[in-house]
Order: sequence, then structure tokens, then C-alpha cells
Amino acid sequence: MVLLTLLAVVAIGIVRLRNLFAVVILGAVYSFLIATVFLVLDAPDVAMTEAAVGAGIATVMMLAVLHLTKTDESRPRQPQIFPLFVSAVTGAALIYGTLDLPPFGEADTPVHTHVGPYYLSQSIPDTGVPNVVASVLASYRGWDTLGEVVVIFTAAIGVLLLLRRAQRPTRQATRSRRDAP
Amino acid sequence: MRLDVILRVIAKLLLPFTVVFGFYVHFHAETSPGGGFQAGVVIGAGVILYAIIFGLDEAIKIVPVRVVELLVSVGTLIFLGVGIVGWLLGGNYLDYYALPIADPIISQEVGIHLVEIGVLMAVTGAVIAIFYAFAGRGRSR
Repeated sequence: MVLLTLLAVVAIGIVRLRNLFAVVILGAVYSFLIATVFLVLDAPDVAMTEAAVGAGIATVMMLAVLHLTKTDESRPRQPQIFPLFVSAVTGAALIYGTLDLPPFGEADTPVHTHVGPYYLSQSIPDTGVPNVVASVLASYRGWDTLGEVVVIFTAAIGVLLLLRRAQRPTRQATRSRRDAP
Repeated sequence: MRLDVILRVIAKLLLPFTVVFGFYVHFHAETSPGGGFQAGVVIGAGVILYAIIFGLDEAIKIVPVRVVELLVSVGTLIFLGVGIVGWLLGGNYLDYYALPIADPIISQEVGIHLVEIGVLMAVTGAVIAIFYAFAGRGRSR
């Protein structure tokens, strides 16, 4: 509960602030908080990923982007009613959706009665891997992980295609400048 | 750049531990949280730390752009390749039992390790490549 309150406070801070540097840092704080929430919910794998990617790499990337732009967000021309409306409606729909969810941790929910017990009981006889998260990711659902890797591959290729082109000539320019004197 | 002695010393101290921790997260994923994805991010973060403290040129000297790009594509190809090998040997796609190893448990372990190494390489490469792209762009100003 404390963590969720802190999350809400940080989110409001991110919305209110205009200084993008502070927003990036608060984004990292948000990621660490949500990682702690995952840890409290006994999901150390997800927590580790969130802390490393969300709080670490994403923050560094955003700072690198910030280096290319201004550090202050310009004020919107008119009050932003429509985005507020969209997020309010989405939030309300999500809260409405949670009303139908079974109580947290209940044993006979569809999630825990479908393939979950099979993974839990068969992971060691099938694959010899005690960490069920690892065996599900790499073996049972290897196809999904392959998709994930292809997404990362595509992201890297996309960024390289977009940003490298502008970099090539400047690198040659600096080299010739260095060679000139 | 002379006033940041503390940063440089600390970064140098941290770097080997960061990279070793990355490999620990990778190879210990069987029994503890972690895996190729998290390990790739940690190792990538080590290289990015080096690039931030010592400059992009120094980092590119150690981990050249070419190596980074190769990591991304070779990692993805390893994952795809493991699937195709299982396919060619008569199993389903990504079926590790079809790998030519007698013990089914060992064949699972081999398959999982190969796939995870592919993930590790792809993620490490992608993280570093994206950082290089942004940081290199910033220099052109």
C-alpha cells in the first residue's frame, strides 16, 4: 500500500513537472518502486528486469536523448482536455476490469489450474531446471522468447538505420578536421 | 575532465564486478532469478558506464561498433538456428529433445543454454548499439 501510494505521488510529479531532467529521474524512481512491488509479489525475475531495464538502461537512454533536445518542456497552447479524458476513461475501464478478478492468491483460479501446475510439477523431470521461470521462458515457451529476441533485434536495427546515417558523414568530417592541421 | 578522478576510479573498480555479475546472472539462471535478458542488460550497462565516464571513443576502442552489430545479429541467429536444428533432426521447431544427445534432460539443458546465450548476445548488442547511436548523434553538434 505504501509503495502504491508512493507510485501515485511519483506519477503525479511526473505529470506536473516541466523540467525533463527531473522527469527522467522520477521515471527511474517509478521503475524502482514498481520493481519493489514486483519483489513484494514474489516475482524476482520481473523485478530484476524492471530494475535493470526500466530504471537503469531506459534512464540512461532518456538522458542521452535529453542531451539532443531542450531540458524544459514547452507549455501546451491550450489546456489538454482530450488526453485527460482518454486517460480518465482508460483508468476507469481498468478499475472496472479489476472488479471481476478473483481475490489475489486464490488457488483455484484459471491461471493456477490450466498449465501452471504442469510446469511446476514437470519442470525438473522434463528439463532438469529448478527455476520454473527459466524453464518456461527458454523451453516450454521458447517460441515466445524467440519473438522477444526478434523484437529486440528489430529495435536495434531500426535505431541504427535511423540514427547511423547522420553519424557517418560527421565522423568523417571530424577525422578530416583532425588530419588537416 | 581532470576533476572526476573519483568517478574514474570508482568506475574502474565497479566495471569488472558488473560484467562478472552479468555472467553470474546468466549462468546461474537455472536456480536463481535471472537469465540471458537480464544478464545482457547488466553487461550492456557496464559498457555504457565505461562510455559515459571515459568517453564514447574509448568505449568504441574496446567494443567496436562492428562487434556490437555482429552480437545483435549472431545472437538472434543462434536462437533461430537452434530451432531449425531441432526441425531438421525430425522434431518440432525449438524442440530440444530432437538434439542429437542421448539423455533427454541433457539435451534440454544444452538447448536452453544455447538459446539463452543467443538472448544474451542479442540483448547486450542491442543495448550497446542503441546507446552508441544516441551518444554518437549527440557528438555531431
